[in-house]
Amino acid sequence: MTAIPAIELQGIQKSFGAVHAVRGVSLRIEKGAITGIVGENGAGKSTLMSILYGLYNADAGEIRVEGRAVRMENPRDAIAHGIGMVHQHFMLVGTFTVLENLVLGAEGGPLLAGGLAAARAELARLAREYGLTVDPDALVADLSVGEQQRVEILKVLFRGARILILDEPSAVLTPQETDQLFRILAALKQRGVTVVLITHKLREIMAVTDRVYVMRQGQIVADRRTADTSPEELAELMVGRKVLMQLDKAPKQPGEVLLQAERLTLIDDRGVRLLDDVDLALRAGEIVGIAGVSLVVRGRAIDPRHPTDPAEMRDLGVAHVPEDRLRQGMVAAFQASETSILGYQELEPFCHHYLMDGPAVGAHCAQLMERFDVRPRSPGLRSSSFSGGNQQKLVLAREMAREPKVLLVGQPTRGVDIGAIEFIHRELLKSRDQGCAVLVISVELDEILALADRILVMFAGRIVGEVPAGRADERALGLMMAGAGAA
Amino acid sequence: MDDLLSFVFLMFAATLRVATPLVLCAMGGLFSEKSGIVDVGLEGKMLMAAFFAAATAAVTGSAWLGVAAAIAAAEAMALLHGFACITWRGNQVVSGVAINILAAGLTVVLGAAWFARGGQTPALESDQRLMPLFFPRAGDSILVYLALASVPLTWWLIERTRFGLRLRAVGEMPLAVDAAGISVAWLRYRAVLLCGLFAGLAGAYLSIAQNAGFSRDMTAGQGFIALAAIIFGKWRPFPAFGACLIFGLLDAVAIRLQGVEMPGMGEVPVQLIQALPYLLTMFLLAGFIGRAVAPKAAGVPYEKEH
Amino acid sequence: MSAPRRPLPAWAEIVALPLINIALAFVTVGIIVRIIGVDPFHALRLLVLGAIGSSEAIGYTLYYTTNFIFTGLAVAVAFHAGLFNIGGEGQAYIGGLGCGLVILAFDRFLPAWAMIPLAIAAAALFGAAWAAVPAWLQAWRGSHIVITTIMFNFVASALMVYLMVNVLIAPGSMTPQSRNFTASGKLPSMQEVLGAVGIQVAPSALNLSIVLAVFCCVGVWVFLWHTPWGYELRTMGHNPEAAVYAGTSLKRMTMLAMCLSGALAGFVGVNELMGVHQRIVLDFPAGYGFAGIAVALMGRSHPLGIVLAALLFGALQQGGAELAFDIPTITREMVVVIQGLIILFSGALAHLPRPWLQSLFSSPRLRGEVPAKRAEGS
Repeated sequence: MTAIPAIELQGIQKSFGAVHAVRGVSLRIEKGAITGIVGENGAGKSTLMSILYGLYNADAGEIRVEGRAVRMENPRDAIAHGIGMVHQHFMLVGTFTVLENLVLGAEGGPLLAGGLAAARAELARLAREYGLTVDPDALVADLSVGEQQRVEILKVLFRGARILILDEPSAVLTPQETDQLFRILAALKQRGVTVVLITHKLREIMAVTDRVYVMRQGQIVADRRTADTSPEELAELMVGRKVLMQLDKAPKQPGEVLLQAERLTLIDDRGVRLLDDVDLALRAGEIVGIAGVSLVVRGRAIDPRHPTDPAEMRDLGVAHVPEDRLRQGMVAAFQASETSILGYQELEPFCHHYLMDGPAVGAHCAQLMERFDVRPRSPGLRSSSFSGGNQQKLVLAREMAREPKVLLVGQPTRGVDIGAIEFIHRELLKSRDQGCAVLVISVELDEILALADRILVMFAGRIVGEVPAGRADERALGLMMAGAGAA
Repeated sequence: MDDLLSFVFLMFAATLRVATPLVLCAMGGLFSEKSGIVDVGLEGKMLMAAFFAAATAAVTGSAWLGVAAAIAAAEAMALLHGFACITWRGNQVVSGVAINILAAGLTVVLGAAWFARGGQTPALESDQRLMPLFFPRAGDSILVYLALASVPLTWWLIERTRFGLRLRAVGEMPLAVDAAGISVAWLRYRAVLLCGLFAGLAGAYLSIAQNAGFSRDMTAGQGFIALAAIIFGKWRPFPAFGACLIFGLLDAVAIRLQGVEMPGMGEVPVQLIQALPYLLTMFLLAGFIGRAVAPKAAGVPYEKEH
Repeated sequence: MSAPRRPLPAWAEIVALPLINIALAFVTVGIIVRIIGVDPFHALRLLVLGAIGSSEAIGYTLYYTTNFIFTGLAVAVAFHAGLFNIGGEGQAYIGGLGCGLVILAFDRFLPAWAMIPLAIAAAALFGAAWAAVPAWLQAWRGSHIVITTIMFNFVASALMVYLMVNVLIAPGSMTPQSRNFTASGKLPSMQEVLGAVGIQVAPSALNLSIVLAVFCCVGVWVFLWHTPWGYELRTMGHNPEAAVYAGTSLKRMTMLAMCLSGALAGFVGVNELMGVHQRIVLDFPAGYGFAGIAVALMGRSHPLGIVLAALLFGALQQGGAELAFDIPTITREMVVVIQGLIILFSGALAHLPRPWLQSLFSSPRLRGEVPAKRAEGS
């Protein structure tokens, strides 16, 4: 006898113009269990959950909560039915306190005083029950990412949610914070809260869920009990073919040191030491991988390049593929041809005597697109019209085409689909084989393990371990990244 | 001693007289800015309000009808601004500039068409104006007291009510408000309407309390000074009020200093004193207040991703 | 919930949408005109005739157009850098001051072919300097450029009044204006220039500065789209972080953009003081600075669009003056109202006609034409 599921979706359809994001999805979320929905970027998982939460309206299909058919017109309906969502990008007001954020939308009356007092009491109760401790009077902007996520979860529980949807919750967390999150999820499950976990990280699915649905291109392609499956099977289901987890890498002797950084220290505006006395040496023909911790930290490490200036670095033969391509690496409104010379606009052959050469720029872009298989092959198309993977390929092509001596790459395959990932990894290896010194920073441990010759582990801004690739082991690396265990 | 007291009192009264429209405009502008809608059009709203107040008072003989008309005119401009910025997600600065220009032209066009005095309205009699209540020489019409009361009222609305919490939220992170199921647009419209209300009162004050009628461009940049006061006050009511008082004092002092020889530099040019509020604003914007942080979402139209 | 903004076909974006925006502005004006008791169509006919109905009228229209081109370009250059320059009035004023000062100093000693370029350079320099202060405040102190440029307009006004009344006033003059420039400080009028090559036109205020305006258009086009600095400027306008990545100093680029902008606005002084008044006078910026915003918006910040928009505004200004002359109930300020409405419809409400246009161009055309964008992390 199957209990009434907390949520049941039948035949959900959703299109955005020409894009058919969700095609006929049906699934059941068991009450009091942790269900995972896994799939690549673009598979439709977030869209599906947004429909459930009332942020989007489905074009067709039925939603049942605890057996009753419901209409989700907006988040208020979802909240009324006990569904709460914790988004990837937190919806918190930085200048408010935790308490004020909690109460926003559920103030309990036109005057604040009473509502805040009641919320304070409730917050204390929730903290006790679920272990979600947070200072109610702290400004959200001052909290760590993990703590902010806890506030998001508290918000949802405060409104009486019994069904929690978490969208890529560990995307912004350190491994330590991720473990804490899993403990919280376990506590929630113990108290009968239903949890839906959306992720593309297989490790998390295996670690925490009871059941997993696999989505691919807007459809459910598989449904397993977690205990009965494996990461390999899930990966294959996600992609639809056997995935190469390993690349063929010819061993290579690293050459001379091309870039040396000493005692790098970077303090952000909150006084946090993002980099603390870091020494770094990059050798020709070697890929150094820095195993990812918080995205923001890694980005800033490469980013402002104190005290050097980007133009100077380029003159010296250093190329940089930024971690956030949309914010730094390209201009969305520019045509692809203009994006293809970003950073190199004063150089020949794009520019003679201060006048730019349009045809030369266009030809250059076409060449790049050819070499890196960027589609569609239109230099005149707006950069924003390309898919994430193609944008990334264009940016990489631009930087690698200069045959740089040193290549700094941040999150090379973020937002990129698996086919393009293999291509990008192969290109990075080719660069290295040609004698370039490559630095790869990535949150994806698999990527670092696949690419790097030498792996550096950072924790709290310091290098806490250095491991040659051959001897690297996920567990040991994970421990070092979490601050435990020495090299 | 009597002379000194009398002098101080008169200076204080003069300060308030000049500051009243500034205070009203600043409080109104605060609501708008806090909600994320930049309002460069305070000047235009005030001007329209001043014209309609004087025109209505002249025609109907009632000052209070004038006030009502002023509020209506300012609200019309406010709704226009809201429509352009909220519903149509247009550029907020452009909309404000458009409203200012529109008001400058329309007030003269209508004034000339209706009263044939080159843009002026007919001079108003005492019973068509809002006259001083307690101190005839100080010019304390009821609107002055309203302006003073508006400051704690604004503070209370913004800090102690549910509306205020949501208003502040929508100016920092409209996404959070939307996700909580609250309408971003309705919140912002209410803010913009509150702004129109206060700007209308400010305009009415100018033409039927402080002066006896409307003359072209009579706002003379006061709407911008109110905006500057908001920024000085770091988008908080009481500090903004303080800034308005400082500007009012400057102006009051300016009139006293006209024709007076200062030791060492001779007569102070009247134009310098006139420019002083603007120069002072720039100096203060340049660094004495450190970083005044605007509401994070100010100026950015909110787009739902549906 | 509003419709997603899919781009319309290029010709609709560049031509149809702006035309509809203007049409809406005119319809609104027509309503206002009707409210004050005048037949809108009669008024419109007078307006058009007043603008282009005679050789003299065309001359004046083009003379006004010249100013609008300068201020339109000024605002556009700043827009491209992501900056909102509302200080065109003040920059035009001070640019004219610079131009006039240099002429007053040297016009008795220099021949025209030396004086004129010098004066033009001075206009650019002074205009740029007036824009440089708000620019510096924005770049180095983070002061919002909209506020500082507005403030500086008022400061310019006060400064000019002081100078004109106390320092520069021509001896024995009742009104605040300087002495007349000598012949070398005057820009020849188009009537003279064309007359010299045998073409007869009626006398008007149109002078050689329109040639300067055309040069500026070409110069701005080349600068923005064909030089590395223009590339960096546009990058900064779209995406400051990408500009930093590309090696641009945001501070220096802000200064460059605003100084160019101020210089362009300053050329209004060249037209007004050297071409028309031939002495320094008060209030010659007369709203051109603000109207420049409308011109830039309508012209989509592109030199070609700006010329077209400037022509429209020039025609409006001239036609409006004639209209006010013919129909006493309509004052000159009607032109101001039209300008305000155009800014409103072309700027803030620019997307108003979009849904209607989109439904005209819907489904069969668009499906499959624009590559579907993959949502990230959906």
